[in-house]
Amino acid sequence: MLKFTEEHEWLKIEGDVATVGITEHAAGQLGDLVFVELPETGASFSKGDSAATVESVKAASDVYCPLDGEIIEINQAIVDDPALVNSDPQGAAWFFKLKLADPSAANALLDEAAYKELVA
Amino acid sequence: MEGISHLKHTPLHALHLSLGARMVPFAGYEMPVQYLEGVLKEHLHTRAAAGLFDVSHMGQIIIRPKSGRIEDAALALEKLVPVDVLGLAEGRQRYGLFTNAEGGILDDLMITNRRDHLFLVVNAACKDADFEHLKNGLGGTCEVTMLDDRALIALQGPRAEPVLCELWADVAGMRFMDVAEADLHDVACIISRSGYTGEDGFEISIPVGSAADVTQRLLEHPDVMPVGLGARDSLRLEAGLCLYGNDIDTGTTPVEAALEWAIQKSRRAGGERAGGFPGADRILAEFTDGTSRRRVGLRPDGRAPVRGGAKLFVDAEGKAPAGAVTSGGFGPSVDGPIAMGYVDAAHTENGTKLFAEVRGKYLPVTVSALPFVKQTYKR
Repeated sequence: MLKFTEEHEWLKIEGDVATVGITEHAAGQLGDLVFVELPETGASFSKGDSAATVESVKAASDVYCPLDGEIIEINQAIVDDPALVNSDPQGAAWFFKLKLADPSAANALLDEAAYKELVA
Repeated sequence: MEGISHLKHTPLHALHLSLGARMVPFAGYEMPVQYLEGVLKEHLHTRAAAGLFDVSHMGQIIIRPKSGRIEDAALALEKLVPVDVLGLAEGRQRYGLFTNAEGGILDDLMITNRRDHLFLVVNAACKDADFEHLKNGLGGTCEVTMLDDRALIALQGPRAEPVLCELWADVAGMRFMDVAEADLHDVACIISRSGYTGEDGFEISIPVGSAADVTQRLLEHPDVMPVGLGARDSLRLEAGLCLYGNDIDTGTTPVEAALEWAIQKSRRAGGERAGGFPGADRILAEFTDGTSRRRVGLRPDGRAPVRGGAKLFVDAEGKAPAGAVTSGGFGPSVDGPIAMGYVDAAHTENGTKLFAEVRGKYLPVTVSALPFVKQTYKR
């Protein structure tokens, strides 16, 4: 199941684990990324907390935790090569995997059609 | 965010839109921050070939002496800037500063001797204030005119000379800070060999009616890429050049800002026309007494950019303050984060280790020589 937030994160939900990244739209708006800071595995966040930071040549931006949960895996590949977020934001450049405190809370997020309408 | 509807447009606005520029509010204008290639590629292209910038938002001002003698305009302007204007030869340009009574910097600018008048280029955000300051400060000796019928573009990078040579071969004979008049595509332009990227390059003042056409034709050259404000900022930061409003302002003096080189010997203590500009007492005293803080270059040790506004500390716990960052970001040509800022006099030596506060962490930074890239001016 693919879900989206109004803050331009995407979530691929499998069971009680969500793989989280930023959308193609967000990556395009941010421009060339030069630095990514990811949370530590084991850290817990509430929905809306700043969980990661991305920096373009010009500015820093927060990436928010889309739902309550615990970080169980991070994607070191985007730390080593931030440009990956620009080239494959909704594929190889996922940010972290989140063990959801309440998987049913994902139902309240946007589906793909609603997100596309938001950024149209 | 600043609304976009009331913003002014430069004569190249339609051209920017046609090139797919992303437009942002800047100093009262709607300006291109980047084009389709993006900040990184635009930056690197400028260092490798030639970048073309619209800087028409900046103010172009003429000072014409009523007596007809350029010396009179030069001496009048010297009352407002700590710069040797009288000694500026015809067809030469020089960097300058407007200072205030407290020794702070009102704006930085370029001054050109154009034989029978002085030609000034000032920052967009300051241009109206500068114009009033000039009218008041020059008394009745000069006519001061803001040129609103000219665009200004900058062509910067190692391929700027060969590209411009195809239109006007004599450009190859110009040295850094030379200014000449020439026809480009049959349009009378004023060309200076200068810019604000650390690269060799030119600034070209063009009559508004022909600006889009001349610019379009330059952009048709395979070596030339349009470059927005984003890369302009990273280029000037790598070159160690101050951005007015960030790195210098009314609260900083020229000596604090490490801009002593902009004050020639003739205007310093013991010089033939020492002082006589606003804040001279304080500024000239700082040449001998030094200042309590000074602008330095900073290299973050890690990969995380350290932005303007970040506080600097002597220790990694954020207990002993050392200063603050005024400009910072990622330098595409140095492939790493770079910054500049003001630090207390005790910490200005190159190699000094400090710590910058970024999102609650204290990241190690090293005080480093400016510029971060080698300047390639044709002196």
